[in-house]
Amino acid sequence: MNKPKQSPLGLKVMSAGFLTLLQDAGRNQVMHQGLANGGAMDRHAWAWANRLLGNAYNTPTLEITFGGLQLESQVATRIAITGAKVPLTVNGKPQNLWSSIVLAPGDQVHLGAPLAGLRSYLAVTGGFNVSQNLGASCATLMREGTGGQNEDGQKVAAGDLLPCKALTSHALNQQAFKVPASRVSDYQAPLLLDVILGAQVDRFPAPSLEKFFNKAYQISPQTDRMGARLDGPALDVIGERLISEGISLGAIQVTADGQPIILLNDRQTIGGYPKLGAVTPRSLDALAQRLPGSEVRFNAVSLYQAQLAEREFLQFFKGS
Amino acid sequence: MQWRYDVSGVDTVTLHFGERIDLSLVNPIQQAAQALRQELGTRLLDVVPSYTSIMLRYNLLKDDLASLMADVAPLLNNLSTTTSSQLTSNIIEIPVWYDSKVGPDLPRIAELAGITEQEVIELHSSQPYQVFAIGFAPGFAYLGEVPEQLAVARLATPRVKVPAGSLGIADTQTALYPLASPGGWNLIGRTPLTLFDPKREPASLLNAGQQVKFTPIDFAEYQALGGQLDE
Repeated sequence: MNKPKQSPLGLKVMSAGFLTLLQDAGRNQVMHQGLANGGAMDRHAWAWANRLLGNAYNTPTLEITFGGLQLESQVATRIAITGAKVPLTVNGKPQNLWSSIVLAPGDQVHLGAPLAGLRSYLAVTGGFNVSQNLGASCATLMREGTGGQNEDGQKVAAGDLLPCKALTSHALNQQAFKVPASRVSDYQAPLLLDVILGAQVDRFPAPSLEKFFNKAYQISPQTDRMGARLDGPALDVIGERLISEGISLGAIQVTADGQPIILLNDRQTIGGYPKLGAVTPRSLDALAQRLPGSEVRFNAVSLYQAQLAEREFLQFFKGS
Repeated sequence: MQWRYDVSGVDTVTLHFGERIDLSLVNPIQQAAQALRQELGTRLLDVVPSYTSIMLRYNLLKDDLASLMADVAPLLNNLSTTTSSQLTSNIIEIPVWYDSKVGPDLPRIAELAGITEQEVIELHSSQPYQVFAIGFAPGFAYLGEVPEQLAVARLATPRVKVPAGSLGIADTQTALYPLASPGGWNLIGRTPLTLFDPKREPASLLNAGQQVKFTPIDFAEYQALGGQLDE
């Protein structure tokens, strides 16, 4: 790797935990090249981490899956950690999640293992100074070997330095913010996923649709950033494979064994399995915090309702 | 050009231009995709052409389905498309070392077709192919269509790792693996060229609508062009 001659300062990774990735809102204008969108899996927690620090919507953050991250700050700055309920300490002293925290040079940040939820988001004031080249994004795509700090798809590793700016004492003395309790999600609540039906719903016989919308499914351990596999009542599909076409975020694809797969941020760009519909982005945010084995149920909503909820989210965090 | 659309996601619509894989759809679909990108700009977050369709991902802060389709429909209806491949001057040549050392399914394909391996190579490299679609993985180009004799079903059990540059056949399609990945295509050779490099512009050597011709090379040329054997 080409290391710049004058070493920048930032947050030094002492231990990266199970899976820590640089992520932002994901890529645009790349799917036609076969490149995945990527991006933060739980945008709700991710966007709040940036908002607590006054960062712009698409600011790069860390996505930490299963906790276990340890950092040492080389600069005076502010961070915010949202998402999974993890024990959080700075120099051994417990700190609040979903609020801004001031760090001094030398401070040690430690995230334990989640007590609820799956993914944590760590934002720093001004964001990590990393390239957002491909699709105007830093999204890390391990499978593709694209994106991330060195644009090679590598996850964050111990020894990495995540560059960020040092704040003036004036900036550090500004008021601390925290997310209102009503906006902090409960990751152990039963999860009902909103679905808009797709055009291929006519390939699923009524008894299968009835099962899909009335029975519970469990999130399979074979779930990753590409797709959430589900275990539950098998669905019948009529007809052959389709001619491969673009796959939208949240598409519910049903393969030969009749089990649904919800396609997520790192999904392949085109495919030919019949799709029952698509889980809404707001519901995917909640799904991203559920562990394998968790139960989910499905609820059909109209396109109008789904767009209303999504537009409300985008307007709140991005402005109209 | 006839078309219809359906809602495929909260912020996506899929435009359909036909119901079966058809060479005459390749250019009109690429022209439609280009026109949509040009005319609608950042209102579209992704334009994803495939064999018979284009998926559009749109910006919900700028459009709803009605406002988007109000501009998409006239654009498609007024598009004058050409079905002929007028870009024959722009055939991309790809050198391939056809050999069982890097194409372990070459002997089986020859056997199934009842011809020699050399005849498989001649047949496969004798004609240009059209890039029908890019997808599945970065820069993965679906090319068609192979001579009937060479059409072989994909492997029942996919290989865990197919090396980058591998050339394969699945049914009537042929394709190159830009990056090492799992894969179920029948492998017949390998190119030393870098098919996908995110730091290059454009990143993908192949794009939908282009034509490709394979040139057989020997091991010495393969090595001279930077080709590798399996580690």
